[in-house]
Amino acid sequence: MDSYYNPADLARFPVIGEDAPELWEKFMSYYTAVFQEGALSVREKALIALAVAHALQCPYCIEAYTRDALEKGADREQMIEAVHVAAAIRSGATLIHGVQMKNLADKLGF
Amino acid sequence: MEIGDSFIQLHHLRSVDAVPPFNQRLMATGLFPLKSAGISTLQVNVGRVCNLSCKHCHMDAGPDRTESMSREIISRCLGVLDDTDIPTLDITGGAPELNPHLPWFIDEAVKLGRRVIVRTNLTVLDLDEYVHLAEFYASRRVELTASLPYYRESNTDRQRGEGVFNTSVRVLKRLNALGYGCEQSRLQLNLVYNPAGAFLPPAQHAVEADFRREMMRRYGIVFNQLFTITNVPAGRFLGFLLDSGNLEEYLDRLSGAFNPRAAVRVMCRNQISVGWDGRLYDCDFNQALGLTCNPEVPGHIHDFDLASLQSRPIVLDNHCYACTAGFGSSCGGAVVESSYA
Repeated sequence: MDSYYNPADLARFPVIGEDAPELWEKFMSYYTAVFQEGALSVREKALIALAVAHALQCPYCIEAYTRDALEKGADREQMIEAVHVAAAIRSGATLIHGVQMKNLADKLGF
Repeated sequence: MEIGDSFIQLHHLRSVDAVPPFNQRLMATGLFPLKSAGISTLQVNVGRVCNLSCKHCHMDAGPDRTESMSREIISRCLGVLDDTDIPTLDITGGAPELNPHLPWFIDEAVKLGRRVIVRTNLTVLDLDEYVHLAEFYASRRVELTASLPYYRESNTDRQRGEGVFNTSVRVLKRLNALGYGCEQSRLQLNLVYNPAGAFLPPAQHAVEADFRREMMRRYGIVFNQLFTITNVPAGRFLGFLLDSGNLEEYLDRLSGAFNPRAAVRVMCRNQISVGWDGRLYDCDFNQALGLTCNPEVPGHIHDFDLASLQSRPIVLDNHCYACTAGFGSSCGGAVVESSYA
């Protein structure tokens, strides 16, 4: 193994089912159902998945959902806005923890 | 990359090991040989001259091209319409407007009572020399199928050239003013979406709803239908795939999305395509790749024989994966409502 991440592994995702086929089938059934058209359109779901992929910094998911968002009719402006939503929530989540830091600092300090 | 030579193009299309030959894929689904199911459209490519050089163009059309259909060949196309009951004449290019015989061709076809479709890039109708053609089309009730890859400027101009989007919007407003695309009018205006790169188009109904809402909200423009068309790996688009290192992945994507239900409904089964020099093809894409009709049937408009042509076996190659992937693709857009086999 010369790298933890290999692009070819994305297509090998189904090997995860080899040792636990029932769990894999349940996961795939759930996964497939989640991305069906519902109260949200398939394009909205692809854009949410793209944003989450960036928040998780999963290169496999970024590859899969960049293509998927394009094939669901999203364009680059919509996709970069989705990434900014992920970035905003991550940075906001970092900053809100600053309140915890301040609370403790206030308690400890004069 | 400039790859005009059809032999070289076919070599590239056949050289991707991961993708089985299209004929084999059809055999496995029991659809081979794919045969014509009757001819309802005479599609005539009146030339490769165009005022644009779009990145997705399978024909490699542009201002530097010189091929243009002669009046004599057009006359023969009209003879075929007169001799048969083929109901639809579908005129494409290049930019059809840049063929000097176009108005006469349309007039004669209308006199024969045929439905006439012109595939326009819109921008040509903004050029001084051709600006009058919008009114001409309206007066002859020509159905317009207009390229507009997206409802935003940046996406469209990246694909078709700087300024194309704003010019297209200006022309669409003029067409609307003439009654094109309006509910109360019989003048049909259909838009064509194609992906801005090496990926499949979305569901037609979904992107049509987006276009309808956004074209009205942003520009006050209406249209009748939106057709999604998959980019076909030929001509300038094949050059892009090679230059960008996307060919293998794109063909694999198309092949992986092969949908037998779409294969049954491909447009080549119901049309015949005439090249600028009168040669006959199964479709405009075969024309781009130099794949003339099966040698068992007439190969030129001079020898047109409806009986044999309407039962001919279709000539297939790996580019055919584009018309059979996902929702399928044709000159009239998607051919099935579900992308699953």
